[in-house]
Amino acid sequence: MAMAMSDKAGTPSIETIVASKPKAGPGEALVEKVSIRDLCFFYDTNKALKHISLPLYDKRVTAFIGPSGCGKSTLLRVLNRIYDLYPKQHATGEVLLDGTNILAPHQDLNLLRARIGMVFQKPTPFPMSIYDNVAFGVRLYEKLGQSEMDARVEAALRRAALWTEVKDKLKESGLSLSGGQQQRLCIARGVAVKPSVLLLDEPCSALDPISTSKVEELIDELKSDYCIVIVTHNMQQAARAADYTAFMYLGELIEYGETEQIFTNPAKEQTQQYITGRFG
Amino acid sequence: MGIYARRVMVNRIALSIAMAAALFGLAWLVWILGTLIWNGGSAINLAIFTQMTPPPDSAGGLLNAIFGSVALTVGATLVSTPVGMLAGTYLAEYGKHSRIAEVVRFINDILLSAPSIVVGLFIYEVMVVPMGHFSAWAGVVVLAVIAIPVVVRTTEDMLTLVPNGLREAAAALGTPRWRVITMIAYKAARNGIITGILLAIARVSGETAPLLFTSLNNQFWSTDMNAPMASLPVTIFQFALSPYNDWQRLAWGGALLITITILILNIVARALAAVGTSRG
Repeated sequence: MAMAMSDKAGTPSIETIVASKPKAGPGEALVEKVSIRDLCFFYDTNKALKHISLPLYDKRVTAFIGPSGCGKSTLLRVLNRIYDLYPKQHATGEVLLDGTNILAPHQDLNLLRARIGMVFQKPTPFPMSIYDNVAFGVRLYEKLGQSEMDARVEAALRRAALWTEVKDKLKESGLSLSGGQQQRLCIARGVAVKPSVLLLDEPCSALDPISTSKVEELIDELKSDYCIVIVTHNMQQAARAADYTAFMYLGELIEYGETEQIFTNPAKEQTQQYITGRFG
Repeated sequence: MGIYARRVMVNRIALSIAMAAALFGLAWLVWILGTLIWNGGSAINLAIFTQMTPPPDSAGGLLNAIFGSVALTVGATLVSTPVGMLAGTYLAEYGKHSRIAEVVRFINDILLSAPSIVVGLFIYEVMVVPMGHFSAWAGVVVLAVIAIPVVVRTTEDMLTLVPNGLREAAAALGTPRWRVITMIAYKAARNGIITGILLAIARVSGETAPLLFTSLNNQFWSTDMNAPMASLPVTIFQFALSPYNDWQRLAWGGALLITITILILNIVARALAAVGTSRG
């Protein structure tokens, strides 16, 4: 809430945001959950990603930033191979999830996607009740009794900070919720299946400031359990939410590093120009 | 005359022409409906629903024709709904941009506007002639052939309206393709598809010409699908052209029955479509 207010009152400098961020606890070893190696991506013959290599750490938030069309959403869509739904899109290189290359042929994409949650730019509640929305993914891979399922749905909705708002109308359509609630419902749906990686594709771009700060708090919450990747246009959001930041431009990874370093002391001229708003 | 006064004049003239055209069109409709209700209303009594079509110059009802119409329409719906929905699903979900889908779509559009008498002649050639006699089965097939393109078209259109984001969101949870279609896309498009099926029923329940070549007519009660079967449109055709007063009265009654049925089907279809848009 406070963050949302300050957004309106006058944007605090990125440095202030970064400096006020609590540091990740020491002692916790970094686990490389996903390793992207020399990844190229093609829309037909158009090369949209050029030789990207970077790590994504478990229990950390990594932000992809960059101007529109730089390939950050494309990169996110490679991580759960959702691009496979469309013909003429393909990737080369390696994406290792826990050591297994998910780009290798003969991957069971459904099992892969069940391990990697994704939340989209526009809220996408299914045309069914709030309860069924959350239970949908769980039912695909687990046979739970009624009470277990109830508990799972409640836990997921609590996780997504939505439980108190919807606990009395679980049977109502998911479409009856407001935009911000719908987006949190989608997050609940994603965490209900207990994925190990959570991909967020500009999750707040369609939300008002209050919903945005709720979702951001949520991301901070969820960080303790997941490897989270967030694509965002909002530099403040990246600075607030992410531990690591990757700056992309025209399909190339320009710079990757700890968020604090990227925003206060970028190594590349282009990064400097983008985060200070001189182009993009 | 000033520019403004001229515009007001032109507007008045255009408005009057448009109103006159609308009234001209409506007047015929009101006239037809009025005549139908006037003549048909007095013909409708209990006997119409309980007695068979009579010989000339004696009292009777339309029971066998009503039964025949219901049997033929239900049969045609049972055949055309699955075939049409599956074909429409292929066009919208699987074959979208494939060459074969383009061909199917093109041929379907031709079938959609094919004169029903041509379809009737075709079924006469391929079914009635080889079988050696008219039959209700041939009537079912001919009505199904007429209904299928309508169902294909509406199913495809309604599935195309389902936002891709919903499919992506379902796939991102690890949902197999067939479940994305049956549990998400069909659900989102349900009202539209039902509307299409109802409109197809409305379309075939008034068909006369193709039935003359297939199920023909039957003066008596018959539930044998291998034999000729009476139907309301054909009975109306036969009775209305006859010189007998009793037959003509029954023809009016039958015409009113069909009109009311189709009107109800259309109202239900529109109501369902309205529910669909307000929910989406």
